[in-house]
Amino acid sequence: MKRDNSNLTMLLFFVAPSLAVILVFFFLPVLAALVMSFTDFDIYSLGNFSYVRFVGFDNYIKLFGNPTFWLSLKNTFYFVIIGGPLSVMVSLSAALLLNSKVVKLKGLFRLTYFLPVVTTLVAVAIVWRFIYHPHYGMLNYLLGFVGIHEIDWLGDPKFSMPAIIIMAVWKNFGYNMIIFIAGLQNIPEYLYEAAVMEGANEWQQFKKITIPMLAPTTLFISVITMIGYFQLFAEPYVMTQGGPLNSTLSIVLYMYQEGFRWWNMGYSTALAFALFLIILAATLIQFKLQKETED
Amino acid sequence: MKKFIIYSLVIVIAICALLPFFWMISASLMPNGAASVYPPRFIPEHVTFEQYKSLFTRLNLTRFLLNSLIISVGVTVCSLLLNSMAGYAFAKHRFAGKKSLFKLLLSSMIIPGQVTMLPVFLMLKNMGLINTYFAIIIPGMASIFGIFLIRQFAYSIPDSLIEAAKIDGASEFQIYSRIIIPLCKPILVTLGIFTFMGTWNDFLWPLIVMTDSSMYTMPVALANLMGEHAQDTELMMAGSVVTIIPVLLVFLVLQKYYIKGIMMGSVKG
Repeated sequence: MKRDNSNLTMLLFFVAPSLAVILVFFFLPVLAALVMSFTDFDIYSLGNFSYVRFVGFDNYIKLFGNPTFWLSLKNTFYFVIIGGPLSVMVSLSAALLLNSKVVKLKGLFRLTYFLPVVTTLVAVAIVWRFIYHPHYGMLNYLLGFVGIHEIDWLGDPKFSMPAIIIMAVWKNFGYNMIIFIAGLQNIPEYLYEAAVMEGANEWQQFKKITIPMLAPTTLFISVITMIGYFQLFAEPYVMTQGGPLNSTLSIVLYMYQEGFRWWNMGYSTALAFALFLIILAATLIQFKLQKETED
Repeated sequence: MKKFIIYSLVIVIAICALLPFFWMISASLMPNGAASVYPPRFIPEHVTFEQYKSLFTRLNLTRFLLNSLIISVGVTVCSLLLNSMAGYAFAKHRFAGKKSLFKLLLSSMIIPGQVTMLPVFLMLKNMGLINTYFAIIIPGMASIFGIFLIRQFAYSIPDSLIEAAKIDGASEFQIYSRIIIPLCKPILVTLGIFTFMGTWNDFLWPLIVMTDSSMYTMPVALANLMGEHAQDTELMMAGSVVTIIPVLLVFLVLQKYYIKGIMMGSVKG
């Protein structure tokens, strides 16, 4: 087939518009942010760009010396390390249950489990704020039946992060469940049949067939869940504003406050890059761990 | 016995998933103060629509619904057009550097969007686009994920179909509009739902670029309302119901495509 010049024109026509958008609103801003993180861009520079000065690594040094940054980092890791695996485990359990042969009306249950995923986060965060109400909230009322009394879920720094984790797991487990179900259905039936013939019980089948065969799916789910959870923002913004005592201040919330409330934009972009590097490192570590367990 | 345990677990999870929604709807139908009682009331004593009435009369919710609708439809239409064109070209055209360009796009997906927010905000501010619909629509017009999804799908369209059209004298644009688009319909619907729902539900970006209260989207308006009416449980529940209904409807009608899309997005291999 002859490829002539019209091919190039068509190519520009098809590819250029979207690449231009991605270049202008993604790639260039990433570079601009990197440059900004080495400047003292603040509210004065907002009116007049000539006030901007290069300050080298000052923002990053300030960042690492700031206890609030470390606290936001700790809170975010708390959310990722406890909430992430919990979320994946609930998703897997739900997928296993719905994949079981005895369950009828699978489609209906799958739909039900999926409803929290598609709903607006801000709206459900508001609903959960009332569910967590210490006096009138439904959760404390239900816990009352098993003898647990009056937990101040969002007002006590000990419980604020667990409260956000519970809500996040509720909101998200349906999404990963769908991917797990797809993974489970891809496991060939004959593997289980052979295992049954050799007298393997269900737990052995789960450990020796299901878990290893699901490993690529699990890795994919773990990575996307982790990346998403590192970007925690709307839940604390709506439910706790980062409190009490900054116990739910996440990196992105801290970044938002510094950048868009106090207009410390140089400092805020440094924060954004710190988040990026953390996500990158954590992703690489997960891939590496996965490889090691495979070998 | 085993069957019993499995069924009870399945039902308990279903109840957990639904209870917050049930309570939200129930509380939204109560008069002021009726939801803040002990023990909590699960069913309203008298059903009243006064909360919804004050949302639409006193609090001007129609405006925010309209904002959200215009922005979500705008982003969805524009991004379907641009992403499908690029996705088709990446799937079916040969050009220098295609593979490495595609790889660069895919690997840059790991950069969290928050990194770009301040520079994009400054850029839009200088263009005078803050507090306009364009501040959300323009940056959302193309996405790497969207291009990827369509490329994966368009890849499976047989080359012979395209060659045959060429022999019949079809132009490149005709091939795109008459062959590719109709064949890609399922994935376009999927991407369309993803984009619509993602834009409708998004919070951080509209919060940043819509500072004038008349330009708020539903989630931003709701979060703002929460600041003033934190004690008005019933009113806030009604606001949440109104925010959720449009996305829920889109999902319920088109759920088949949505679920397929999640599975497709996950087989990156």
